[in-house]
Amino acid sequence: MQEKPIFETLDQIFVLLKHWLVSFLPTALQPAAGVVISVATIVCLFPALFALTTVFERKGLGRIQNRIGPNRVGPFGLFQPVADGIKSLTKEDIVPLSADAVVHFLAPLVLVVTVFMGFAVLPMGRNMVLVEMDAGLLFYFAMGASTELSVFMAGWSSRNKYSLMGAMRAVAQMISYEVPLLLSSVVVVMMTASLSLSDIVAAQSKYTWGLPHWYIFTPWGFAGFVMYAIATTAETNRSPFDLPEGESELVAGYHTEYSGFKFALFFLGEYLAMFSISGLGTTLFLGGWSAPLSSLTWVPSWIWFFSKLMLSIFVFIWLRGTLPRLRQDQLMNFAWKFVLPMCLLNLLVAGLWRFLGDGWPRWVVCSAILIAAYVAMGKMEMRSEHFGPRSYRYAE
Amino acid sequence: MSFVFFLLATLTVAGGLAAVLLKNTVHCALALTVAFAGLAFLFLNLDAQFAGFAQILVYIGAVAILVVFAILLTKGSETPKDGVFSHTWLTGLAIAAAVFAVLGWAVIETAPMLPKSTSVPIVTVAQIGNALMGRYVLPLEIVAVLLTAALIGAVIVAMHEKEGLE
Repeated sequence: MQEKPIFETLDQIFVLLKHWLVSFLPTALQPAAGVVISVATIVCLFPALFALTTVFERKGLGRIQNRIGPNRVGPFGLFQPVADGIKSLTKEDIVPLSADAVVHFLAPLVLVVTVFMGFAVLPMGRNMVLVEMDAGLLFYFAMGASTELSVFMAGWSSRNKYSLMGAMRAVAQMISYEVPLLLSSVVVVMMTASLSLSDIVAAQSKYTWGLPHWYIFTPWGFAGFVMYAIATTAETNRSPFDLPEGESELVAGYHTEYSGFKFALFFLGEYLAMFSISGLGTTLFLGGWSAPLSSLTWVPSWIWFFSKLMLSIFVFIWLRGTLPRLRQDQLMNFAWKFVLPMCLLNLLVAGLWRFLGDGWPRWVVCSAILIAAYVAMGKMEMRSEHFGPRSYRYAE
Repeated sequence: MSFVFFLLATLTVAGGLAAVLLKNTVHCALALTVAFAGLAFLFLNLDAQFAGFAQILVYIGAVAILVVFAILLTKGSETPKDGVFSHTWLTGLAIAAAVFAVLGWAVIETAPMLPKSTSVPIVTVAQIGNALMGRYVLPLEIVAVLLTAALIGAVIVAMHEKEGLE
């Protein structure tokens, strides 16, 4: 399908803008300047998205909980992040006397730096990857693994029992859910035969009968996406897995002793981790920057990527407002006894998919295996739970 | 020997030295993490992408967390009363120097026997994968068996502790 030239220009508009800006400099400086411009764009864009998301979340949660969210600052409360930013900049930075000053200072920095590094490999549009890496997915997970260290650093250095408990729980949760996270991504790597995120998106940009080849539309891809979504909700400590920062249990978990801008950095780091891991999810399962229908490929690719990203964020917010919090032992059980076996089975099913060859039998066989396993494992886990009819107690 | 190599080597050696010389155990663990990161950057400097990222993922993401958990769950963070250096440090230094001398001699003597290649080989992840599944599949499976045995052993040790408490 021939794209009209204006839409092609719109698609590549940021790349063309960068080349135009860089052309003013001498040739020797041009590569470095290109990198600096791309990095500056990412560093400015995603915190701006973070500001928008905080309003979005508070209004969304408010609506789910049958109340209006913030509505004082600006029209419909849209300037609330500005007020929050000014507040966090002007608050006193309190460091406990017996806290480990160096580690206490470094913890939010390590978090924000490693989270920003993760954005370097996400393909945000056609030709819009910051660093084209052969092992891009591995780099992303390496950076994700480093964020757990900052959680521990924050909890330990605060010399506070609540912080330490929160840090221990958070690190235990993050390492338990790291395994399903990686295994559900390994299925995608297996089927694409490449660790490079651009290759994975390119493999999903094909269309059959107008419908896309996104991996979520295959049985193993759908199961993988569900596992990935569960694992990412747990990795970023979002509800319903937010016991480590449960306000009613642990004061504020590992960032109890942080005030002012350092707390804002933790908040920023958590939301940026949410963005980057949703970005990875859209790249792996939802087709990255490719359009949902072949008749819609004229829309610029970066619009698709960011729409899918915001859709994932909306689902995160929706989950937070709807589901109750899981207990620590419940979430660990869930990770090791349900999600991990399903991920391993998914690997098997993906291999079966590849070797059964094209045609409708593989759809039926793979879906049947996955649904049967899900039902069987669910029944096995719920064997010891006896649910009677609900009983209500009302105040007299 | 480029400037970047010297910088990374300094970072790694400084991290290693700090890991043994600092008094607070948690600081030692974090300095060890810096040494691991330095090693990973050295791998990346040599264009070994897979090795570098796997180093970060495994060492910093798993081994450092393991060390940190060990410190968290025991009372290891309190510095012992009579300092962190042992009394027999001179003997230790002599033995370590002797081992290093033997290793260095072995490496330097066998260096001329390596095949001379004019350009840096570009190894892609696909080649590593093919090698692991083709030529080196037996070591891969043995490592898998070893890891499974370690996992089962850990579960059994934890289970026995629970039964011991009851």
